[in-house]
Amino acid sequence: MAAFDPIKTAIRSPRGGVSAAVLLLVMACALFAPLIAPYAYDIQNLPGSNADPSVAHWMGTDEFGRDLMSRIIYGARTSLTVAVTAISISVVAGLTLGAMAAYFGGWFDRAVTAVVDLTWSFPEILIALILIAIIGPGVGSVMVAISIAYLAQFTRLTRAQIMALKNETYVEATTNLGAGHFHIIFRHLLPNALTPVIVAGMLATGDAIILEATLGFFGLGAQPPTPSWGAMMSSGTAQIFIAPWIIIFPGLAIAITVISINLFGDALIESLDIHNHLRSV
Amino acid sequence: MISFFLKRLLLLIPVFLAVSMVIFMIVHLVPGDPIDNLVQINSSPEQKAALAAKYGLDKPLYHQYAIWLGNALTGDLGNAIILRRPVADLIAQNLPHSLSLGALALLFSTIVGIASGALAAIYKDSWIDRTTMTLILLGSTVPSFWLGLLLIMLFAVQLGWFPVSGARSWDALILPVLTIGLGGVALVARVTRVAMMETARKDFVMMLHAKGVPPWQIELRHVLRHALLPVVTILSLRIGWILGGAVTVEFVFARPGLGSLLITSLNQRDYPVVQGALLMLAIAVMLGTLLGDIIQAAMDPRVRERIK
Repeated sequence: MAAFDPIKTAIRSPRGGVSAAVLLLVMACALFAPLIAPYAYDIQNLPGSNADPSVAHWMGTDEFGRDLMSRIIYGARTSLTVAVTAISISVVAGLTLGAMAAYFGGWFDRAVTAVVDLTWSFPEILIALILIAIIGPGVGSVMVAISIAYLAQFTRLTRAQIMALKNETYVEATTNLGAGHFHIIFRHLLPNALTPVIVAGMLATGDAIILEATLGFFGLGAQPPTPSWGAMMSSGTAQIFIAPWIIIFPGLAIAITVISINLFGDALIESLDIHNHLRSV
Repeated sequence: MISFFLKRLLLLIPVFLAVSMVIFMIVHLVPGDPIDNLVQINSSPEQKAALAAKYGLDKPLYHQYAIWLGNALTGDLGNAIILRRPVADLIAQNLPHSLSLGALALLFSTIVGIASGALAAIYKDSWIDRTTMTLILLGSTVPSFWLGLLLIMLFAVQLGWFPVSGARSWDALILPVLTIGLGGVALVARVTRVAMMETARKDFVMMLHAKGVPPWQIELRHVLRHALLPVVTILSLRIGWILGGAVTVEFVFARPGLGSLLITSLNQRDYPVVQGALLMLAIAVMLGTLLGDIIQAAMDPRVRERIK
């Protein structure tokens, strides 16, 4: 019998399969944008600005006559890069902090828990705005802001997992065999606590895409002419009466991507049967 | 109950100090001399010196923080660089707009969320349940600023029912409240639905059925009542999140408010205003969470016990 593969099981369910296909498509857009996009993202054509969707421009053009579909395809690159990088940093930092806090306990645990509880009650957007006020706008700042905004969530989740694991007999046995603290944390505890945190990270990537778009919409993210879904909609607000598609299509791209991430995450949670782990936090 | 309230209030003091410290540090952490981040453009050296003396910029950092916090607590948040007015005036002008928007959105999320969650749980697996679940999925995944823009396009531009932007009349509130509300409704409805379905499996509910109590009475009087506890918990945890939604939505609808003020001044690097707006928003989130805790404790004695 083949080994149990949660990802395969998730893909076999209808919603898991469809959402996985959509996600692969979005990732392909991000990776191979120059090959897929029909036009370059920054070529302006002022006479053809704000054109309706047509055969030449499937999603119309923006206020500078740039092809909207090409910009959305390139925009996938900005959104996914920022969201995935930020959440990866956040997950790794959260795993380390949460595991050390739970394992060592004492004043270190109290300090970490205090900071986590402090940031927990504040909405992510407010934390991100405070950080951007300090480090200034731009793609890099948005990445840092998002990764710190979500840090509390992963630290809390990891801490709860390790707390449940650290009194297991095998940990005691490993300690008695003379293993060091870091060996126990990284080789024995974390591998057992990893799955729920990674799934939570995947679900948070969807939220991070929305947060990135929101900050981009505020003009605090990627600067022009770099295409980003949020910033495209922000420049579209001036054209809302004559060219609504500049707002409709980038938003649709975000919504479809985020819905797919959530559906696939749900399918994965179901196939792994880790509902309770995620709900306890 | 009063001792619970006082304890929660005391617990907020270290939180407030930590948050205000971070906000205070903004002008020191951005590149450049802090005085240039605080003073109006083209100020004379004398004016700069006067301001530096007022904020104690020659003193150690902790001393400066104490001065800044003391000023802030007495309502002096400095002067806006671009708008050339006291920050406290700007906040006093914008705060009522944010408060009314936030309060209405919270009310809307709670009432519509509980009602639709309850309907979905009572008519489980029917079309009502499926429609609610789809709305919940959309409400928790669609970016709120996009939803706001779509509502503007449909109801303000195409149909002309509501104003496109601003806050000149009461009907300008409807679209913003709907925009923030959908996310909140999704959250509340999801929790209500799950909690009601879990309660419906409990023994006492089966007992009520056996006694022959009418089903609608069981659902509304007993099941819903039990299910409200987790709903209040999640609402008290997420009040700040709904207020955060107001920041985005104000900007989309070009409404006056703390959120618009914050975003505009961030883009203009008007740091005294940024600090003031962030401080007010942080206080709003903290008081909102406190309010949620109190309602929760009033409903559930176990919560009151836990804090003691």
